[in-house]
Amino acid sequence: MVEQLFTDIGSIWAKYGTVYLTGILNTLILATVSTLIGCVIGFICGILQTIPCLPGDLWVKRALLRLLRGIIRVYVEVFRGTPMILQAVFIYYGMPYFFGVSFRDIWTVSILVVSINTGAYMAESVRGGIMSIDAGQFEGARAIGMNHFQTMLYIVLPQTLRNIMPQIGNNYIINVKDTSVMFIIGFQDFFAVHKMVSGAVFKYFPSAFLEMGGYLCLTLLASFLLRRLEKRMEGKGNYELVNEDQLVMTAGTYKFTGEAPYEEKSRDYQGEKP
Amino acid sequence: MNENILEIRHLSKTFGTHAVLKDVDFTVRKGDVTSIIGASGSGKSTLLRCINLLETLTTGEILFHGESVTGGKLNQSAYRARVGMVFQSFNLFNNLSVLENCVIGQRKVSRVPKEEARKRALYYLKKVGMLPYINARPAQISGGQKQRVAIARALAMEPEVLLFDEPTSALDPEMVGEVLDVMKSLASERMTMLVVTHEMAFARDVSTHVVYMADGVIAEEGPPSQVLVNPEDTRTREFLKRFLAQD
Repeated sequence: MVEQLFTDIGSIWAKYGTVYLTGILNTLILATVSTLIGCVIGFICGILQTIPCLPGDLWVKRALLRLLRGIIRVYVEVFRGTPMILQAVFIYYGMPYFFGVSFRDIWTVSILVVSINTGAYMAESVRGGIMSIDAGQFEGARAIGMNHFQTMLYIVLPQTLRNIMPQIGNNYIINVKDTSVMFIIGFQDFFAVHKMVSGAVFKYFPSAFLEMGGYLCLTLLASFLLRRLEKRMEGKGNYELVNEDQLVMTAGTYKFTGEAPYEEKSRDYQGEKP
Repeated sequence: MNENILEIRHLSKTFGTHAVLKDVDFTVRKGDVTSIIGASGSGKSTLLRCINLLETLTTGEILFHGESVTGGKLNQSAYRARVGMVFQSFNLFNNLSVLENCVIGQRKVSRVPKEEARKRALYYLKKVGMLPYINARPAQISGGQKQRVAIARALAMEPEVLLFDEPTSALDPEMVGEVLDVMKSLASERMTMLVVTHEMAFARDVSTHVVYMADGVIAEEGPPSQVLVNPEDTRTREFLKRFLAQD
């Protein structure tokens, strides 16, 4: 009965333990790398989608922006709206038909498929994240002369990243589990090991038991680490008051050569004084 | 020597069918401290936002040192870097520390070397009395402190004109003073400033020029002794009466 289950698991582990561990490693690498690339894709889409379109702009710029938004929209809808398992099949087996080449490396195509898929979800998360940033942040940046890309890169996206960390974590955990569909094109992830082992020893449940436990451990660990990361991104809860004397020294030793603009006016000002 | 820094010519701004600014003309000379007063909805803030190109003008133009900033000849980012803006809601960058807030514009827009930018930021933060707080984040300091940092951030860009959009309206009463003090000290150093304000004492005692706006037009302008003490326009008189009654 239950003892039987554990003896079976023991015997499977004794024989295939390292294979399972390799599967776990492959799953983790694929999920991590693809989530990171997916985030980059998402952020790029986010920046491109929010380029402002001003009434004074040339029609060429407006047309290009429209086209760009259209392309991103299609990308998001297609990759969000079809199963990843089919996307993998489509890209892996479709390449020879369209481009006359096929992927030699299963890693490349797997990372490609999962990244593009994650990117489609992230593009929407990032768009939502950008929309949630107060308009004052954009105005503050524009008022000191930053252009759209500088505003995004230095001000808006760092805040967006912090706000959407829970969603990135969500995507990461989904990826840890859902990379299991990549067995369809022969990727040797954790789930593919189950298919292989259970096929070889005809013991489905003990292997499935191992897999369930394994995946749960992975996602729990991921949740924990993501929480820690979020905490760290929050920054320190307090700050140190700078010892003013020290800084006055720094400021005092510095000879401010470029005259401040309002100092030069003191000499030639001839307007009325209050 | 009263060089014109900003000239606003026939500026109109409409939101849909609502005309907020109607054919506004006025000039800012070097060293002027101009207070723009008027009732809510009279177009004061819109005028300021148009000057900094945060709103697109419907018609008219803005000349900066005689050059049009709306014609596309002058780079808009470069123009904005030379015209500082202080907002009612501070708009400090939430992801950066106080010091970084004052450094980032210099580094990324004006391409000031790192060390120089830092020193300049410290110089202006000291000027507004925020030197001890350089490591704090905007969320950790009070409203008055935020506004002083916002002023330092604008000053660090070394602008030729500083625009203030109701800088004390979002502050608790006890914090208004500290911000006004900084503005007064800038005024005494003859910084060119354009201030939308409800602080009549500031308009009267500090500014060199007062503009009264009503219904999207400049109803009256002149030295404070004239506009605030002996207004010619009946609307100005009404406005001031109501305002003084409130105090």
